[in-house]
Amino acid sequence: MKADAFSLPADSGCGAPPEREVLRERGQREVFCGLTGIVWLHRKMQDAFFLVVGSRTCAHLLQSAAGVMIFAEPRFATAIIEERDLAGMADCHEELDRVVDRLLARRPEIKQLFLVGSCPSEVIKLDLGKAAERLGAKHAGQVRILNYSGSGIETTFTEGEDACLASLVPVMPASAPDAAPQLLLVGSLPDIVEDQFLRLFAQLGIENVGVLPARTADGLPAVGPNTRILLAQPFLGETAQALEGRGARRIDAPFPFGAEGTTAWLKAAAQAFGIDEMHANSVIAPGRERAKRALEHHREKLAGKRISFLPDSQLEVPLARFLATELGMEPVEVGTPYLNRKLVARDLEQLPESTRISEGQDVDRQLDRVRADRPDLTVCGLGLANPLEAEGLSTKWAIELVFSPIHGFEQAGDLAELFARPLRRRDVLQV
Amino acid sequence: MQLSVWTYEGPPHVGAMRVATAMRGVHYLLHAPQGDTYADLLFTMIERRNARPPVTYTTFQARDLGKDTADLFQRAARDAYARFDPQVMLVGSSCTAELIQDDPAGMAEAMRLPCPVVPLELPSYSRKENWGAGETFYQIVRHIADRDVRPGPRDGRKPLVNILGPAALGFRHRDDVREVRGILNTLGIDGNCVAPLGASPAEIARIGAADFNIVLYPEIGDSAARWLEREFKQPRTKTIPIGVGATREFIAEVAALAGVDPEPALADGESRMPWWSRSVDSTYLTGKRVFVFGDATHAVAAALVAHEELGFEVVGLGCYNREFAREVRDAAKLYGVEPLITDDHLEVEDAIAAAAPELVLGTQMERHIAKRQGVPCAVISAPVHVQDFPARHSPQMGFEGANVLFDTWVHPLVMGLEEHLLTMFREDFEFSDDAGASHLSAHSPSRHAERVSASSAPMAPAIQEEDWTPEQVRGDGDNSLWTAEAERELKKIPFFVRGKAKRNTESYASEQGRAAIDLETLYDAKAHYAR
Repeated sequence: MKADAFSLPADSGCGAPPEREVLRERGQREVFCGLTGIVWLHRKMQDAFFLVVGSRTCAHLLQSAAGVMIFAEPRFATAIIEERDLAGMADCHEELDRVVDRLLARRPEIKQLFLVGSCPSEVIKLDLGKAAERLGAKHAGQVRILNYSGSGIETTFTEGEDACLASLVPVMPASAPDAAPQLLLVGSLPDIVEDQFLRLFAQLGIENVGVLPARTADGLPAVGPNTRILLAQPFLGETAQALEGRGARRIDAPFPFGAEGTTAWLKAAAQAFGIDEMHANSVIAPGRERAKRALEHHREKLAGKRISFLPDSQLEVPLARFLATELGMEPVEVGTPYLNRKLVARDLEQLPESTRISEGQDVDRQLDRVRADRPDLTVCGLGLANPLEAEGLSTKWAIELVFSPIHGFEQAGDLAELFARPLRRRDVLQV
Repeated sequence: MQLSVWTYEGPPHVGAMRVATAMRGVHYLLHAPQGDTYADLLFTMIERRNARPPVTYTTFQARDLGKDTADLFQRAARDAYARFDPQVMLVGSSCTAELIQDDPAGMAEAMRLPCPVVPLELPSYSRKENWGAGETFYQIVRHIADRDVRPGPRDGRKPLVNILGPAALGFRHRDDVREVRGILNTLGIDGNCVAPLGASPAEIARIGAADFNIVLYPEIGDSAARWLEREFKQPRTKTIPIGVGATREFIAEVAALAGVDPEPALADGESRMPWWSRSVDSTYLTGKRVFVFGDATHAVAAALVAHEELGFEVVGLGCYNREFAREVRDAAKLYGVEPLITDDHLEVEDAIAAAAPELVLGTQMERHIAKRQGVPCAVISAPVHVQDFPARHSPQMGFEGANVLFDTWVHPLVMGLEEHLLTMFREDFEFSDDAGASHLSAHSPSRHAERVSASSAPMAPAIQEEDWTPEQVRGDGDNSLWTAEAERELKKIPFFVRGKAKRNTESYASEQGRAAIDLETLYDAKAHYAR
């Protein structure tokens, strides 16, 4: 079944592979909305504040999702719409201005403010674009004010980051027409991982590298026809499109998970920048070898084990690819909230034929399938994990895959460990 | 619009979920967009429930809005009924569905589902979680209770009682119910039903069979109990058995309503708290300044226990649920403090800093505030945290509950002798203010390290936690009036009362018209304010 499991992605010379069959479902979704991205985005962008314009439910969600980080001085808040705000729209905008003025007066260190739309603000058609423009003019020179929607009616979990980054694209400076080629790394990564990648790009000889999102407002990179985009996350379709709209071109690659994924990702970048292949290999080799050694520790525990992914972050396809080709796991079902065939093509093509790919969700029917499949490990959200454990199914919290450093060579072992730990724990416990 | 960072209560539909999840045979159909399912994890993670809450979310998306969300609702209702086969279906809207005005109640009625349907109207933009739980429980009782079921004649049978209020995600509800059941057993009183926790619709239907109702958590049980009092003539208890005194009062109240002898329950040999409190080593607890905040029921009860049973001085009392503010206002009068009725945690933080307590009894929110201010804290109320669901039996109510209160409130404090040593040897380098008390260091390695702040001028009312600088909390701020000698003396006063001492001395100085504060002024003020 996994005869081709260890091969690298085929060169993009061969003909288009036949379209893979996908089970599409519509029903109850057990996923977060896009507001949840604020939990990591506000840590990544150190001078940004995220103001959700929404309901008590939005505030409660952020607090519940942020959970352990409670009270670590968050740079986010919710402007809770109340009954009297619903009476008239003019009132709503005045109220928002008042809240923003007060906020900015108290947090003078804030350089970027995101007004984040929610389900209620979308339904009452509160125009946050207009509000951002009005408030941006008022606070010009001090704070950049942007808006995006993280509402559940429009975005699923990580699509909130996509919407946030896409809102930054129009304000990125334009690079000069004759500017040197620039690599743009797109997607928020933990700083330590980002720095590892930046070191590797420097060693490869790619000198001009920008990062989106930048850690501070004044670090926003330029974009133009000289820009080549390298996505670090698979859920950034809208951002990639917006960047392409400004002349940038995307580098097609699998995502940088594990030894092979990271190798292919770095090589794709090296190739796009005309880096000598021998040199690229020599730069990549030490990290790749370390990653392989780290993965070896977990192979025994994971090889041959069956795994199902419930839809969560859109990381499912690349992660299943990693587990299948680098650790010998057998993906039974890989569910994803949205399958962007173009962006995950290089990972999708490496999944075994037998793997069921599903898009969207009808959670009760999907759980029926999990119970019938009885995989060794089910990757799912926090609302489902304990109930499945109680049914005797081992689980892995999907959210940990979004909140932990998992990209790149140095994190390959940690990533495998996240999947191995629940299985090891199940074997260890005697109670 | 209200600017909010952290909230004490979720939206009212989360309260409805707490009731539905507590019960058996109930399913809640919630008209809601994708994302509202986050609430499931409160139950499966915080409370470690081993099953999903019995809730179906219709999960409408933007593209459905222009078309037919009503059709989506009806399809979800049919599917949920077919799959879960509930005995009762609750239907309602979350905040977003409320705006699109689909009328779940009317649609569910039109569908003629083969089970009773209880429609819930929970206004999300004006009400909150506790109210939602109380309203949901009331609606269930009102719709399901069989009006023909009444208590049978008493001859020979034991008195029969309902216990109302315990729910999912409640603060120690599981353990409180066990304690109260123990009391009832000792008194020879039988349980008719405990609701919502563990109750089936069939049990709710027979709720009228009880002779009277015990209301443990008025926030959730009061509306239903009042209605049962009117419709079924069932009396209800008013005492919340938190603390030794209240437990004794509760036993007397229950025994009187049941017409039984209270003595067997009053003679509980496991009640250790009164002796622990009278034991001489507890002398140092006398007059400890305590700030109390939580839901109204727990806050009022905790203040009374603190005052009467531990000998603390209540220096602040408040609650976050306005619906029960009256009870808190009445109680605040007993202690001569200004009641704090707010759901803005920053206001609570300011009030705690201003009151300079030696112990905070609050929610998880106050635990964080206290941690930042370097003050010990014990948790007495929801909103809950995973730590509020201990594996062991750990009630708040009954005599065992009082034992638990003694332990959990007293252990975080600086113990008697340690306190004397701290005061006597302030100059000892290991006793420096920033080292903090040794027993707190695991939680707060450096008391003020997390409060590093760039902001300068204090603004009132503060909205950011860092608006209070450590100096303000400790009273190390503007000392221009102070002579160098008096200022050095001020620094020898323990940090947890220094702010208060400084303010008192300054207001005394200004009353007395003294231009500078020297050693004399400091000690004159101390004498003036002596308790």
